[in-house]
Amino acid sequence: MTFFIQMLITGIVVGSIYGLVALGFVLIYRASDALNLANGEFVIIGAYICLTLMTAYQVPFIIALAITLVFSMLLGLLVERLVIRPLQNAPVISVIMATIGLSSLLAGLVHMIWGHQTKKFPLIFPATPLEVGGVIITPVYLWSFIIVIILLILFSVFFKFSKMGIAMRAVADDKQAASSMGISVKKVYAITWAIAAVVAAVGGVLLGNINGVSPTMATIGLTVLPVVILGGLDSILGAIVGGFIIGILQSMAGGYLDPLIGGGLKEVAPFIVVLLILMIKPYGLFGRGGTERV
Amino acid sequence: MRNPFVNESGNYKTSYAKDMKLFGSKSAALRMFALIALALLVPLFTSNYVIGLLTLCTIASIGAIGLNILTGFTGQISIGTGAFLGVGGYTSAILTSTYGLSFWIALPLAGLVTAVVGGLFGIPSLRLKGLYLAIATLAAQFIIIFIISRWTSVTGGTGGMSLSRPTAGLFSLSSNTSYYYLCIVILMLTALYATNLVRTRTGRAFLAVRDRDVAAQIMGINLFKYKVMGFAISSFFVGIAGSLLAHYTMIVSPEFYGISVSIEYLAMILIGGLGSVMGSILGAVFITLLPVGLTMIIDFMVLYLPSLGQILSSFREFVFGIVIILFLIFEPGGLASMWTNLKNYFKLWPFSH
Repeated sequence: MTFFIQMLITGIVVGSIYGLVALGFVLIYRASDALNLANGEFVIIGAYICLTLMTAYQVPFIIALAITLVFSMLLGLLVERLVIRPLQNAPVISVIMATIGLSSLLAGLVHMIWGHQTKKFPLIFPATPLEVGGVIITPVYLWSFIIVIILLILFSVFFKFSKMGIAMRAVADDKQAASSMGISVKKVYAITWAIAAVVAAVGGVLLGNINGVSPTMATIGLTVLPVVILGGLDSILGAIVGGFIIGILQSMAGGYLDPLIGGGLKEVAPFIVVLLILMIKPYGLFGRGGTERV
Repeated sequence: MRNPFVNESGNYKTSYAKDMKLFGSKSAALRMFALIALALLVPLFTSNYVIGLLTLCTIASIGAIGLNILTGFTGQISIGTGAFLGVGGYTSAILTSTYGLSFWIALPLAGLVTAVVGGLFGIPSLRLKGLYLAIATLAAQFIIIFIISRWTSVTGGTGGMSLSRPTAGLFSLSSNTSYYYLCIVILMLTALYATNLVRTRTGRAFLAVRDRDVAAQIMGINLFKYKVMGFAISSFFVGIAGSLLAHYTMIVSPEFYGISVSIEYLAMILIGGLGSVMGSILGAVFITLLPVGLTMIIDFMVLYLPSLGQILSSFREFVFGIVIILFLIFEPGGLASMWTNLKNYFKLWPFSH
């Protein structure tokens, strides 16, 4: 039972970070109808910048995080301006491929700058684990979870009530109608990309604290895809729920099934589940199919 | 001066049969035969290494044409080509190494098995569209590679399997040159098939499904049939390419068929030109030779700046990304449309307006 709860907690924490990264996917999908397959690179770039600031320049965590977020925002704006905007009227596959190209480009840059080794994050959160009834909770997990939940609430409020959030929802719903109501679609796109990059960077910093930072961490960009698809590409709530489901599922598969078959199922299980779910609900749990006119 | 390499100002077609001819004009046919002759004669005056590279280009072209049938003709994005190549390669390896079948039987069987697997993963395509389908194929990629690397008793697990080059009677195809000839003949057949496919009822149904699948359905096209068929036909050629590649490298291992291979194939058809057979070949050659060219440049630069060696090894990834993005932004039609533009330029020369 203790093992089960342990696995559950790990799953919830990792799942909450998945949800955060998935949020970036959903935002960009809603704004520009495309998957951002470079999201994984946004995650590691955020983690590396924060790490470098803290280790090489001895910047305190909070300031380092703030600088990281500003930098990520600029990265998002830059990418939107240089890569996405020129492709605004291109078919979906071109935009997907552009983000694949972008991911390759950024991965190359990251390798050139930071090398291939895994780097440890300096301790930010206290290291002594809490023990509750035999279940061990590392403070990193606890703090990550709290930070993610706060962020998700903040974003929900932002989308629901702020002027920009409402504009973003309007654009996601109908670009033409939104722009005829005086919303600058270009501005909304740019801000969407900036927010997505910022969200990814936060995910990166938290994951880096849990596992250390290495270029292989960029695979989270692919791991999170089942999360987004499970929840539905256009649903923010779906991203969060999907994150928890996939996180717990992965943790359980890793804990119970991997020892039986010799490992590897942890990475594949989400994709198997997603394939099955898509057969039943083609647009994920919370996604909308929409009608099509000919 | 009249340019001997291009058509006259236009083709005057007076019958349907003329319009359906494979080569629009004599000069187009001549050009094609010159190209084929060049491909066949190349081994006579190049080194073994170059022939090896050309073989890889040829095999990649077969796979790229296969993927283009799915993505370019039927309009369904697949991020699982790498795994389908693996299915072809492994089928061939198991049939020839474990069961001792001849290569000539294993090759078509590899195609058929991959077609069946591809068709199976194509079944969700009826209900899934666009990005959801792309992710379903991505799932196929991960699941297939997982099965290959875990089903140790059949596939040899992560260690992989070894194969041998095929023989034809007493004649062995073990030299690079003979294997190149085998591949180029299969490429020609593939290209011929794909070119003709668009001209048939099936091919036109594919195009209708691509352009607007709901409209196609209303016109009475059986969506499910043609979508799954697109997956199966496409996978057949990818499987053939996988089998040829496996017999060329003489080894199969799960790590050869990762997601990066799928991405390279997508890049080939996008850089080459969606829905174009010639584009598939151009793109395949471009993407196959790009790392070779970059390695040469890097080796040259390292001679003068040895300290850069470490950094430059990641340079390939970087350039691969840049090339894709620049192509998408500045030449969305790919190399195929660049080729057409070039031809048009000479056709109109010197009166370009």
